[in-house]
Amino acid sequence: MRAAAIAVFIAIALALQTTLARYLTPGANVIDLVFVAVVYIALTGGPVAGLVAGAIAGLAQDALAATGVSMISIAAGVATARSIIGVGGLAKTVVGFVTGIIGTQFIVARPIPRALVFFTATVGHAMIFLGLYAVLDPGYGGTPYGTIASQAGANALTGVLLFQIGESLPGFVDRRRSMGGGMRINRRLD
Amino acid sequence: MTATDVRQRTAVLFVAVMLGHILLISAQVQSRAGVPVLEVVTFGAFAEVQRALSAVTGGVRGAWTGYVNLRGVRAENEQLKRQLGELQIQFQQERAAGEHAHQLEALLGFQRQSNVQTIAANVIGAGASPDFRTMTIDKGSSSGLKANMPVISPTGVVGRIVTVTARASKVQLLVDRNAGAGALVERSRAQGVVLGAGEDVLRMDYVSGIADVKPGDTIVASGIDGIYPKGFVIGKVESVDRGTGIYKIIRVRPAVDFNRLEEVLVVTIPPETSAAGGPS
Repeated sequence: MRAAAIAVFIAIALALQTTLARYLTPGANVIDLVFVAVVYIALTGGPVAGLVAGAIAGLAQDALAATGVSMISIAAGVATARSIIGVGGLAKTVVGFVTGIIGTQFIVARPIPRALVFFTATVGHAMIFLGLYAVLDPGYGGTPYGTIASQAGANALTGVLLFQIGESLPGFVDRRRSMGGGMRINRRLD
Repeated sequence: MTATDVRQRTAVLFVAVMLGHILLISAQVQSRAGVPVLEVVTFGAFAEVQRALSAVTGGVRGAWTGYVNLRGVRAENEQLKRQLGELQIQFQQERAAGEHAHQLEALLGFQRQSNVQTIAANVIGAGASPDFRTMTIDKGSSSGLKANMPVISPTGVVGRIVTVTARASKVQLLVDRNAGAGALVERSRAQGVVLGAGEDVLRMDYVSGIADVKPGDTIVASGIDGIYPKGFVIGKVESVDRGTGIYKIIRVRPAVDFNRLEEVLVVTIPPETSAAGGPS
């Protein structure tokens, strides 16, 4: 998949995340459409596409959602926390790359395996993201296990739905073939 | 390896190195507001996209809700007229009670709380990542907004402005895991700090183990942080645990439903801190 196509796909996911996600879910932090897009690209396009998608999506989200140093916490004399540009990018890059490899090594063509990949990828992303923050910034809050679990479930459901929609559109097989990435690696391994 | 592959790899490497450099520079160079330049530029550009998309979705939703609202509007109109009559009577009673309270306040020598000056703004976008709880509003520095101005709604404290561009601002919600506010229990005046947890509930830290706090107590801003005006409602105590240390573990349900916000008020001039919030 070309980098430009990935960037457009990510941009659409970002736009939907910031405009529609809050109307679709009971809690705005339940679903991550950008992350779903990264995993989708990784599964259909292979590890390189996943890596590029993860890097672009993560950095874009980091830059857009960053909140800087909590001056309120400083003023109140509490341990400070800050958002760091690059942490989300790194986490999504790793997840995109690993998911791309999984997509080329295993047959992930049915809804349940796909849901499992989306679920596991979300949990993996949360572990990397929160782990990095725990190391870099002791002021960062605890691990919201409940939120991670519900987010993983919502992402899995959305991811499977996205595949169903994608496959129902005409020319899916041709498009997938033209994406290259994963298919090339498969042939090389064979 | 073909020449095309080499070119692609070189291009990817070039982009990666460029991004690395931009990030490195951004980490060191700060804008006048003390925010990384990369953050200001990307946010400013994307806010315009959000503005356009918000207008489209708002138009579609408006048309749909307009159609839905037409159905049964007559019955609703009659019901509203009845409610208006009842409220007018209630208003008369409240005004009489208000007058009485005002006289008592004057007797006790309390200075009246100054009115806060606010600017109304529409929410045009939610946070780009669920890991950070932010939203975008359609007013920026051209409307006189600055970083660290508090944002409120009729039900309570929403958050503070963290990034400002000419025509839009990014608001850090109080539930963001990097957010915090000085707070106190309205009933017992026990002080603490309310912190976001990235979820839909807040936690109140640094409240003494012997402080009088019960579930259902109202938590208000204490003004200690110098940002949120004293006396504004933050939420209600959901649960109180003794904890293992010297502080209580308190969970607070925010007064504001952050997922339903459509319009907010940005406080441009806060009330006089010494007068607000009543006696302590």
